[in-house]
Amino acid sequence: MPALSPTMEEGKLAKWLVKEGDTVKSGDILAEIETDKATMEFEAVDEGKIGKLLVAEGTEGVRVNQPIATMVGDSEDKSSPAATQKSAEAPAAPKRDAQKAVEAKPAPKVPKVEVAAALSDPEIPEGTEMVTMTVREALRDAMAEEMRRDDTVFLMGEEVAQYQGAYKVSQGLLEEFGARRVIDTPITEHGFAGLGVGAAFAGLRPIVEFMTWNFAMQAIDQIINSAGKTRYMSGGQMSSPIVFRGPNGPAARVGAQHSQDYSSWYAHVPGIKVIAPYFASDAKGLLKAAIRDPNPVIFLENEICYGRSFPVPKLDDFVLPIGKARVVKTGKDVTLVAHSICVGLILEAAEKLATEGINAELIDLRTLRPLDTATVLQSVRKTNRIVTVEQGWPICSIGSEIASVVALEAFDYLDAPPTKVTGKDVPMPYAANLEKLALPHVEDVIAAAKAVCYRD
Amino acid sequence: MAEAKTAPDTGAKPAAAGDNSVSLKTLYHDMLLIRRFEEKAGQLYGMGLIGGFCHLYIGQEAVVVGMNAAQKPGDQVITAYRDHGHMLACGMDPKFVMAELTGRQTGYSKGKGGSMHMFSAEKEFYGGHGIVGAQVPLGTGLAFANQYRNNGRVSITYFGDGASNQGQVYEAFNMAELWKLPVVYVIENNQYAMGTSVERSSAETHFYKRGSSFNIPGEQVDGMDVDAVREAGLKAIGWCRSGKGPIILEMKTYRYRGHSMSDPAKYRTREEVTAVREKRDPIDHLGQKLIAEKLASEDDLKAIDRDIRQVVNAAAEFATESPEPAEAELYTDVMA
Repeated sequence: MPALSPTMEEGKLAKWLVKEGDTVKSGDILAEIETDKATMEFEAVDEGKIGKLLVAEGTEGVRVNQPIATMVGDSEDKSSPAATQKSAEAPAAPKRDAQKAVEAKPAPKVPKVEVAAALSDPEIPEGTEMVTMTVREALRDAMAEEMRRDDTVFLMGEEVAQYQGAYKVSQGLLEEFGARRVIDTPITEHGFAGLGVGAAFAGLRPIVEFMTWNFAMQAIDQIINSAGKTRYMSGGQMSSPIVFRGPNGPAARVGAQHSQDYSSWYAHVPGIKVIAPYFASDAKGLLKAAIRDPNPVIFLENEICYGRSFPVPKLDDFVLPIGKARVVKTGKDVTLVAHSICVGLILEAAEKLATEGINAELIDLRTLRPLDTATVLQSVRKTNRIVTVEQGWPICSIGSEIASVVALEAFDYLDAPPTKVTGKDVPMPYAANLEKLALPHVEDVIAAAKAVCYRD
Repeated sequence: MAEAKTAPDTGAKPAAAGDNSVSLKTLYHDMLLIRRFEEKAGQLYGMGLIGGFCHLYIGQEAVVVGMNAAQKPGDQVITAYRDHGHMLACGMDPKFVMAELTGRQTGYSKGKGGSMHMFSAEKEFYGGHGIVGAQVPLGTGLAFANQYRNNGRVSITYFGDGASNQGQVYEAFNMAELWKLPVVYVIENNQYAMGTSVERSSAETHFYKRGSSFNIPGEQVDGMDVDAVREAGLKAIGWCRSGKGPIILEMKTYRYRGHSMSDPAKYRTREEVTAVREKRDPIDHLGQKLIAEKLASEDDLKAIDRDIRQVVNAAAEFATESPEPAEAELYTDVMA
């Protein structure tokens, strides 16, 4: 009895279309078989003569792999098993240990590193000259430096070339690198995302800019199914060294379809990396790392942050490691964790909390996948309290993941429940007052921090 | 059986020549290899040795074999999930393809891809994609890379009549013509998108015209005639290689089996299938021609079949005897 569907375990031999002694050739229909899904015709694979019909027409509940007939094979082709004859001797598909539990990973070791001083980065050598620049300029410089370094790097997207970028991130790149490497695309996200992945399969290093990540939902199949899974599905043969970047999260007063935070969407997916910086130095160092990375990287920027200025190290080749959070400010009373624009919120909240005697430790996640849980846990084991802050919706959020990790791996250190400050669980409204209500603010962060410290 | 073990490692003769030099006898061999391989795959599926979805290429062999003969080494191939024929035509080893079908460590993807997801960087085969139509922008991206590198290669991007109704196909068409990318879009019109006939799914059933809004030329080809496919392929690939941009070839073909192994194919009559098999079968047709033109004898053709059966049996044996992937493979190849 042949298995004719992925779920079939037994079938009914509805009808024989051959009789004993018939000569059949490959492709001839032998029988009709009722599976769990449909009635199927079952064909001969080899030429030969029907020997004996072992199962009578109309028999129900014939197990898969049970012989239903014998065939007398062609004498010069004995090595080829007759479809029905040999099946009983065939090894059953090895049983899979699907239910065998995957061993839980041991708790990551907490490195005994000194907590970094405020606004310092262990990756930046001491005494490095800093220049002030906007996040926008830092991103542009990162792309320009990598394009100078490697001819396979190119930028494509809507309005990236002649228009100089919808948000002016690619300003000047067309002039320096020309139309071969800075490519205006039609408005065709699904198409150019897929085209970029194909170019990456062939060994180029595309930077695909989405005018905003909201539009990338049109392309998410190519990002996840084609870019994210191909390495695994090819047994490691084929990679997609591609960066998808653009502004993520709510802008201002643009309504529900243009105001969404995709952090947790992409952080959920194995096979890709996800970066969401706040500071200009991180934007630059991490975008350079993303372009060099052999994996697909989702680079989540923030429109409101593009114009903010920060010090950036003046180094010839400033590349930061992906997957490391940074302690932006040390403290002892509560850990505040954020990424992207919400790092600004926790910085502001910390200043106000300090005036009330609460010394907060601040962590900028910078990378969301792989998530640097070691840095978060190390901090929580010291402060015993944690508040996560993000603009995304509360369900299955980055904060949900961190709360889960903290509860699992630092439960005994907690003096209060891990607490999330998030966007509200609604599509973004347009009205100014409602939009304000839908987003997290400094006051929310302060209130949450005080709550976990049991202060009014 | 001992005979099987002495069979050659690979039955595939990658006949990519880019001209008319590949003999009709070789094309016959390559088509028959696919036919016998697929019959064996169907058999192994029936024995429970191949799981999940398994889409057989039986009936459509002339399309990939004819196109492959028209290609030059370095030209890339990408297709959807009915991909076994494309892999064999590229010269991928039937043993490793079959071992992937049975989900074994020795398969092209170490057993982690399966029937629909196989790749060979060495043979320029870029998959093996399970989402209908997704391979069209991807194949266009391969062509983009060719143009970027100015390497003279052409991307052969296959999709079916079903995929022809996906939006991303037209997004790709637009960019391909806009940027004059070297890509041949081969539409394998086997007349059924799963169970829906082209008449019931498509406002324009002449798929070679589907590029007309983008000024992409197209041609309809008898996809059951391997020589006609090769001729059309040579012209189309030449068009792309000379920098004229994309081109569409609509291959009129037919699949004898269901959409996948679990499809009872009740949407068409048995008579319809039988009529095509008897009157238009690409392998029988070429076999008769070889004999009529005295390019091969009946005995020659029988010998080819015998050799191929040995190769296919050896592949099946290899695929069923190879071990499953080690459990540690669960976590490998996720990231580079």
